[in-house]
Amino acid sequence: MSITLDSKIPEGPMADKWSNYIASQKLVNPANKRKFKIIVVGTGLAGASAAATLGELGYQVEAFTFHDSPRRAHSIAAQGGINAAKNYQGDGDSVHRLFYDTVKGGDFRAREANVHRLAEVSVNIIDQMVAQGVPFAREYGGMLSNRSFGGAQVSRTFYARGQTGQQLLIGAYQQLARQIGLGNVTLWNRTEMVDVVNIDGRCAGIVTRDLLNGEVTSHSAHAVVLATGGYGNAFYLSTNAMACNVTAAWRAHRRGAAFANPCYTQIHPTCIPQADDFQSKLTLMSESLRNDGRIWVPKNPDETRSPDQIPEADRDYYLERIYPSFGNLAPRDVSSRAAKRAVDAGQGVGPLKNGVYLDFADAISRLGLDVVWERYSNLFEMYERITGEDPRVVPMRIYPASHYTMGGLWVDYELQTTIPGLFCAGEANFSDHGANRLGASALMQGLSDGYFVLPYTMAPYLSEWLNKPIPDTSHEAFAAAEAEASDRFARYLATNGTRGPDHFHRELGKIIWDYCGMDRNKAGLEKALAEIPALHDEFQKDLNVTGSDTSVNQTLEKAARVDDFFELGMLMCQDALVREESCGGHFRSEHQTQEGEAKRDDENFAHVTAWEWSGDMAAPIEHREPLEYEVMKFQTRSYK
Amino acid sequence: MSTLTNITLKVWRQDGPDEQGRFETHQIPEIPAEASFLEMLDFLNERLVAENKEAIVFDHDCREGICGTCSLMIDGRAHGPQHGTATCQLHMRTFASGDEIVIEPWRAAAFPIIKDLMTDRAPLDRIIEAGGFITAATGGAPDANLIPIPKPVADASMDAAACIGCGACVAACPNGAANLFTGAKIAHLNLLPQGQAERFQRSEAMVETMDEYFGSCTNHGECEAACPKEISIDVIAVMNADYLKSKLKNRKSLSRT
Repeated sequence: MSITLDSKIPEGPMADKWSNYIASQKLVNPANKRKFKIIVVGTGLAGASAAATLGELGYQVEAFTFHDSPRRAHSIAAQGGINAAKNYQGDGDSVHRLFYDTVKGGDFRAREANVHRLAEVSVNIIDQMVAQGVPFAREYGGMLSNRSFGGAQVSRTFYARGQTGQQLLIGAYQQLARQIGLGNVTLWNRTEMVDVVNIDGRCAGIVTRDLLNGEVTSHSAHAVVLATGGYGNAFYLSTNAMACNVTAAWRAHRRGAAFANPCYTQIHPTCIPQADDFQSKLTLMSESLRNDGRIWVPKNPDETRSPDQIPEADRDYYLERIYPSFGNLAPRDVSSRAAKRAVDAGQGVGPLKNGVYLDFADAISRLGLDVVWERYSNLFEMYERITGEDPRVVPMRIYPASHYTMGGLWVDYELQTTIPGLFCAGEANFSDHGANRLGASALMQGLSDGYFVLPYTMAPYLSEWLNKPIPDTSHEAFAAAEAEASDRFARYLATNGTRGPDHFHRELGKIIWDYCGMDRNKAGLEKALAEIPALHDEFQKDLNVTGSDTSVNQTLEKAARVDDFFELGMLMCQDALVREESCGGHFRSEHQTQEGEAKRDDENFAHVTAWEWSGDMAAPIEHREPLEYEVMKFQTRSYK
Repeated sequence: MSTLTNITLKVWRQDGPDEQGRFETHQIPEIPAEASFLEMLDFLNERLVAENKEAIVFDHDCREGICGTCSLMIDGRAHGPQHGTATCQLHMRTFASGDEIVIEPWRAAAFPIIKDLMTDRAPLDRIIEAGGFITAATGGAPDANLIPIPKPVADASMDAAACIGCGACVAACPNGAANLFTGAKIAHLNLLPQGQAERFQRSEAMVETMDEYFGSCTNHGECEAACPKEISIDVIAVMNADYLKSKLKNRKSLSRT
């Protein structure tokens, strides 16, 4: 399948593109919708909202999740909030400003038209979620409350305590549950997608594996939506849930879907530092804490006093010092690198000297403990459960960790991948955040794609297939894909080596974190590109998976996911290597200003890099989609 | 950093839904107090795989106490000894060197064991599908600030909505009742102005679906004690009141048609 990158951006001025698109797109009439079957893989915010809405519209929908229930998807863990350009605070917000902040926050590496649409529909999301019964925080007068978030100078973030993701996902899950109850959506739980099947140049369906009995099955459809999340677990330690993986997107990539900007990964500045070698994942402390917490380190690297004994004069509030206008609310990439510089300089705090302080003492004396507790109690309690320390008494210790991946499957304006009929939504696609995502924008994008974009943008593709026969699962391509998948799982079981998949995941994650993490350079990336294949060879020879393929086998599931992380890890490093500039979450130490800030190269790198699978993980094929800015003008991102 | 030594685990192993289960004993010679309970199981599982034995199957995912996937009976208590804490947020510092810890799956008739410590909690989804939603078709919603919601109402609704659907309430209940789970969802939606239109239809449908799968509530209050989100059994009172009203109101509306 040869790849052409046609972004299909609609004509017209930026602010009219989406309404022009809606006005002129082809539709499927209500009576015909039931003739189409759509598969939605993943039931997080993007998947659940897409499946619910498509089911509601009358399509036959089949939803797949590897969890026991759709409500478990990792969207649930988002804490801080969701942005929307409602301007309820009257502080100067508008669709244009949210669009502007998002393009700027993404360091001018996002597609303008997609971002503008995101900003436009953001207001509908809040209306929709309130109508569904999401108990957002309210003021005493009964109106919705807002807070501010990194990278913005307005308060546009809606929240439900520190559990916004949970409440939004439950909202979307309830809509999905309603459609399941009505019979419009069929749910396949504990079922993992293991391949995509293309016939005659279009996506014809998927192959799945039943996690309870290992059975490999085919499912055909008119169109497939992947809403399968990001690949942050490539780093092993991340804030992602344990099961988050790249397999669905990666298997689609191997079948012809271009993978865009894999090197754009977000390292979140406020996570709890690693405590020991047993650590299986890192826990995020919401960025909203930076509204009231002040970040500092001791000036003296040899400081031994407890934090409350260190006088003001011996503290370095480095974000407030370096970025006076944004201070503790500097964007994520900027804050993360500043924390890394402090720790690398030996000023780290905690038993392993691997964190910085996030201190609420000033907020507590200014607002009173009650107000601070009301805002952050669940985060404080979570912190105390994990560390055994009470942040009301001792400052929190935080450090950056892998959190979100801006890269993902390349999609056009309609969220269609380079495989016709295969769509991709939410974190799994690359489209809206450029090289860095602003806080409280992931929930916005997931719900935007699922509720307000896909239900419109899938219609033109579907309408072409009205009353035309599509291949069913008896087609030989399905049988071949099933056999390939079964062989792969049998191979993991038959390797009979000495080390389990977790061992390889940890080793792989360390390579990717060391050389393709917060700070990258040519020599390191080349080293990683040599070390990953060597480790992959060991994986293929020395993997040990116990148990069988006929009942639940979590070791086997993990082995397959780790295998795909190897190939993805290669592509992340290759992408980071060819992008000879620094932008957003991608920081090449060769390309920095004298003050150590990211130095973009708009002349040579104002494009999306979309990679095509060649069959050899060492030699992917590079394609480029130029980014043309109609409204925004390139500027150096400054938060000083 | 302190370390725990000499932990003995008695873990429930069961090969499949219809197989005979058994306890298996494992020793953990050393584990950092900073490790989480599930990290200790990860460690044990890696060792089992290295010894060519099958790893212990258990449900888990976010490890932040929010997805509700983890579900272990630890020393006979749902989610273990720490109050208001899901299994994944339990840390080894809660235990002491030399402890013997018994680990079992949720035990409830409605949650059949799939394998080892993993159970099937699908009946909870059936309750939501029956009525745990507000019908609000995508696209037709009015402005979000059109209906003011008093802060105490929004807060009370949020208190109930904090439920993570883990099923600890069912596992802790001597009757295997799901009243706390169902009551939390009914309270979340029935307290809000947006939830009024379907309030009584919802209450009736959810309670009756619950009764198909789960035991009856006899006010032990074990559910509240086990709930990792500390949801109050007041939500059961809300549910009972609305269910009672629904039986009257729904009958009346039927007779009018």
